[in-house]
Amino acid sequence: MRPVPEHGEASLALIDHIHPKALALGIDAQSAEQAISLLAERLEALGYVRSSYADAVVKREATMPTGLPLGRAVNVAIPHTDPEHVIRPGVALGVLSAPVDFANMEEPDELVPVGVVFLLAIDDKNKQIDMLQQIMEAIQDPDTLSGLTSARTAEEIRSLLG
Amino acid sequence: MARQKTILFACGTGVATSTAVNATVTEAMKARGLTFNSVQCKATEAPSMAENADLIVATTPVSSSITIPVIKGLAFLTGIGKDKALDEIEAELRK
Repeated sequence: MRPVPEHGEASLALIDHIHPKALALGIDAQSAEQAISLLAERLEALGYVRSSYADAVVKREATMPTGLPLGRAVNVAIPHTDPEHVIRPGVALGVLSAPVDFANMEEPDELVPVGVVFLLAIDDKNKQIDMLQQIMEAIQDPDTLSGLTSARTAEEIRSLLG
Repeated sequence: MARQKTILFACGTGVATSTAVNATVTEAMKARGLTFNSVQCKATEAPSMAENADLIVATTPVSSSITIPVIKGLAFLTGIGKDKALDEIEAELRK
């Protein structure tokens, strides 16, 4: 368990931004679009995003992809879209049973095999800096990433991102 | 004192990855004793906004018509090549 800060506001860990029902392990997706749709459905059902969100993310992914090449067999993608489709901020996390290809953010002609998807609902960039930085820290830490890739239970994820 | 330079952070939506990169670069440059003005934009807005900036840090491809230096920002998301990218930014800020 994470210790509760003694003074001031409790700082939120990354897992605190991920609703338990927005955490999906062992997803069977055949494509990036399927993985995004499945996670977007959960965010919509939980009231984080509007019904326009899923299509907007898929469309954006086609022109401005979000696959992040980490030089690993299993990499990460951070699909998201414009704030107008978001009701309140949050993250859906999907761990795929087998990687699917996302296009590389920096080199859209290249494909990146992705096994961990952070689907972001961002409505105000100035208020979500911590959340974004926590995701980057998780992505850049090899142990966390390996843990996410092999996690089988929500509890394992909780301990990695708590 | 030299004029404070402006870095334009560009990404797909101008809200997510450019925010994370902006925060990382601001922190790292502060540690190197450098401050700058930061502006975030969508990659599609970069050509028009480049007029008022000294360099661009972009996580997505930006138009080749841009004449100010463009530094690739993906390193700040993946962690791979981060120090080299920071050195490049520092060199531009010290010009």
